[in-house]
Order: sequence, then C-alpha cells, then structure tokens
Amino acid sequence: MGMFAWLQYDFMRFAFLAVLIITPLFGLMGTMVVNRKMAFFSDALGHSALTGIAVGVVLGVGNTDFSMAVFAIVFALLLNQISSRVAASTDTVISVFSSCSIAIGLAILSKGGNFSKYSSILVGDILSITPKEILSLVFIFAVTLVFWLFCFNKLLAVSLNRTLAGSRHISAAWMENLFAVLTALTVMASIKWVGILIINALLILPAASARNISENMREYHFFSVLFSMFSGVLGLIISYFVNVATGPAIVILASAIYFTTYVWGRKHNL
Amino acid sequence: MRKMIKPCGLHCIKVKHLGVTLGQQVILEDINLHIHCGSLNVVVGRNGAGKSTFIRAVLGETPHTGTIEFKDRENGRIQKLKMGYVPQSLNIEKQTPVSVYDMIASYHSSLPVFLVKSRKMQEKILECLNIFEAGYLLDKQVCNLSGGELQRVLLSMAIMDSPNLLLLDEPVSGIDQNGMELFYQTIYQLKVDYDLAIILISHDLDYVKRYADKVILLDKTILRQGNAKEVFQSEEFAEVFQVK
Repeated sequence: MGMFAWLQYDFMRFAFLAVLIITPLFGLMGTMVVNRKMAFFSDALGHSALTGIAVGVVLGVGNTDFSMAVFAIVFALLLNQISSRVAASTDTVISVFSSCSIAIGLAILSKGGNFSKYSSILVGDILSITPKEILSLVFIFAVTLVFWLFCFNKLLAVSLNRTLAGSRHISAAWMENLFAVLTALTVMASIKWVGILIINALLILPAASARNISENMREYHFFSVLFSMFSGVLGLIISYFVNVATGPAIVILASAIYFTTYVWGRKHNL
Repeated sequence: MRKMIKPCGLHCIKVKHLGVTLGQQVILEDINLHIHCGSLNVVVGRNGAGKSTFIRAVLGETPHTGTIEFKDRENGRIQKLKMGYVPQSLNIEKQTPVSVYDMIASYHSSLPVFLVKSRKMQEKILECLNIFEAGYLLDKQVCNLSGGELQRVLLSMAIMDSPNLLLLDEPVSGIDQNGMELFYQTIYQLKVDYDLAIILISHDLDYVKRYADKVILLDKTILRQGNAKEVFQSEEFAEVFQVK
C-alpha cells in the first residue's frame, strides 16, 4: 500500500503504461515541432480532430478514430502545401484553415444538440484506455522511433536550410510531408487520452524546457524525453491522490519544469 | 591554410543555354558560361536579376532547361560534378540547441545526431574546420556564432566532400570590413590551393574588382562577361548600376 496503492487498479496500470508510451513519444516529436516553429501547426492539428469525427459521422463511418486519423493526415499535408505556396504568413494560413475546420466540425457535431456526446474529447481521459488501444500507441511509437533513427539528420538538415539540404540530395518536400504525417498520426492516436485542449502543451512544453538548458541535440533529446516522462508519470500519480483530471496535472508539472529550467538557464547563461 | 589537393587547371564546367521559367515568367534565359577550375567567378547584377535563381538552378533545386557539363579539358571525358554550397543565411533561432557538430553531421552523416556523437565524424569535421581556423567552434551552438564564424563553418562544410564547384550566395551579409577582407582572402586561398571553381554572388564591387578572375553581369541573361576591368567599364554595366 501507500505510494504504489494506485497500481492495484487495472485502469491505473493501463494508464501508467499509456503514459510510458505517450510521453517519450511526445518528448521526441516535440523537439522537432519546436525547432521548426510548428507549435501552431500541431495545435491546429489537434483541433482538426473534431472535424475528423464530424466527417466520420456524416459519411457514416463506424469507427470515427479512423476518419479522424485520415482527416488529420489530409489536413496536415494540405497545410504544408498551402503554406509553401501562399504568400501570406504561415500563421495566418494555419489560423484560417484551423478556424474553418473547427467551425465545420462543431456545426456538424452540435446538430440536434448532441455535442455533449463528444465533449469528452476536449479534456481527454487516459484512465479509460484499453490494452488494444495501448497496442496501437506502441505501433506508432515504433514507427516514430524508426523514422527518427533514419530520418532525423535529414529533417534537421532541411529545417536549417532547404537549398543546402538539396545540395546534399536531401528532399525537403519528402521530409516535411513525412514529418507532418507522423505528427498528425501521433496527435490523433493520443488525443482521446490527452484531450484537444492540452495536447499541444504536452508536445511543446518538454522540448521548450529542454531548450532552456541544452547546447546540442543529444542534451536536447535527453532532457525533452526525461521531462516529458517525469511530468507524465508524476502527473498521473498526483492526479490519483488529489483526484483531478490526469492531463491537466501533467501539464501543470510540465509548466513548472519549463519555468524552473528557464530561470536556471538564464542564471547559467545558456 | 593547409593544402589538400593540388590545382590542375584542367577541368572545365560548361553551362549551355540554361533557362528558368516560373509559371509564365522567364527568370533566366540562354545562359552560356565556361568556368575553369581554380578560378573565382563573381556574378553581379541588380536585385531581382536572377542571381540566386541561377545558383539554385546550377544546384538542381530549380528546374531548368539547358545543360551543365563537367569536362576534363585534356581528353574531354565527362565526369560527375560535385558541388558545395554556402547559403546566405540559416533558418535558426536564438537558443536552438544545434551545435556546429550537429549541423555538419546532419548534412554529412547518417548516424543520428540526437543519439551519438561519432568520434570518426568528429575528426573529419575538425579537419575541415581547422582549414579555416574554426576547430574551436565544434561544440559551440550555431545560433551563437558571429557572422564571420558562421561563414567559416559553412565554408568548411561546403568543401568537406572536396567538391569541384563551390557556389556561394552572397555569403558576406552582416560582416564588417575586416571580416570582408578576410573572407575574400580565404576564398582566394581556396581557389589557389584547391582544384576548385568558385561561383560567388556579391554586391561588394570594390572587392570584386580586386579578387575576381571573371565577372558575370547578369540580368535575366548574361549581359556581359570577362575580367573585372572589361565588365566594369562596359556600357551594360553602367546601365545596370547607373554609373556615368
């Protein structure tokens, strides 16, 4: 009993497992999302989940998780395409498309006053995850790891200078699109457990904290994954004892880490 | 600076009828150029003349018509052209945890930089950085480098694979007078010591006059090419730069 009393419940054990997969995954992806200044992009992706569900409902797809993932991938690729072609700033383009898609999603889902049925996705509930759903997380984690091992250098090269990457025979468009698709899949696979409102915080905060105190890519990744897992596991335990929703507990901890590293980094002139 | 390859002066890069059209707009047309190894070729022209597009077309990033050949002048054998490129700037914010090692390794190695710092790669990078007396920058964050330091790092990276052709797109922005002099001396040294043809885009006409072997005046097409004196005294030059 005592400190580990929460492990006696199945739902807590599953949630614990899910946290152990989601947090390192987000820590890893976050490094590049922050580096490439894609925070707003990933936020828009999260919001598009609603539209994905709505599209699934309209088309009569039984499994709305599927329509959500497909819609997110299409949405991510479309945003990539448009931001590289339209002269307006990327922020504006993303904002326009994001608002439009949320509005469509909300309109469809709220038809007939039924929105409360879907409101759980706003906050998310990691305690309701099932072993089968954990397996799909494991799958995405594995895909991300493989992608990271083989493509991270190229992705970094493209983010520093596209033409320079091109001169080394690295295809910028391929890398950018693959990364966007992977971000979409990651966000969609976890959104039911983390919630639309805070999923972006989980993606951005650990990497942003790591940036405060890192000088190279190895430190950056190490601290990002460490902070992510630490706030994830501790947040889950705290939420059990204090009886608050898990997602917010994790994000509060991650924010605390951000401010601490910020002050520490300033003090040590990093 | 240490010598790596002896200059031979026997290779030649031929650009034939190169043209670039974006949508309906003709950006470049009928560019014909001979570039010899061991020579510094400077492209000058007003803003929007297509200078950067020309470099990107040579690199193969921008689709173009016409051909680029790399030939042995003695027996006319065509070889594969290796190019090094030094960009105008990098897309990097303050506080980005990318060290000089990380950056160079990301372009030149397949070992993931977030996982390991390979000793072999590190030695290879140091060797190139040392050519430009920049070895001490290896573990510095790229975003904290001064303009001159970044330039030396980018140059080291560009010549890492011993290219035949080095392309530099206005790489002297944000550099003071001393740094400028140093840069042109470095480029001059590179040209003399290595089997290297250099194409440089520049606005610093004083330096161009002193260092360039060949000046190319570009405005959609080549208006004039030749040594600095010829081009600078030409009518076309006076027209483009409004000198009397």
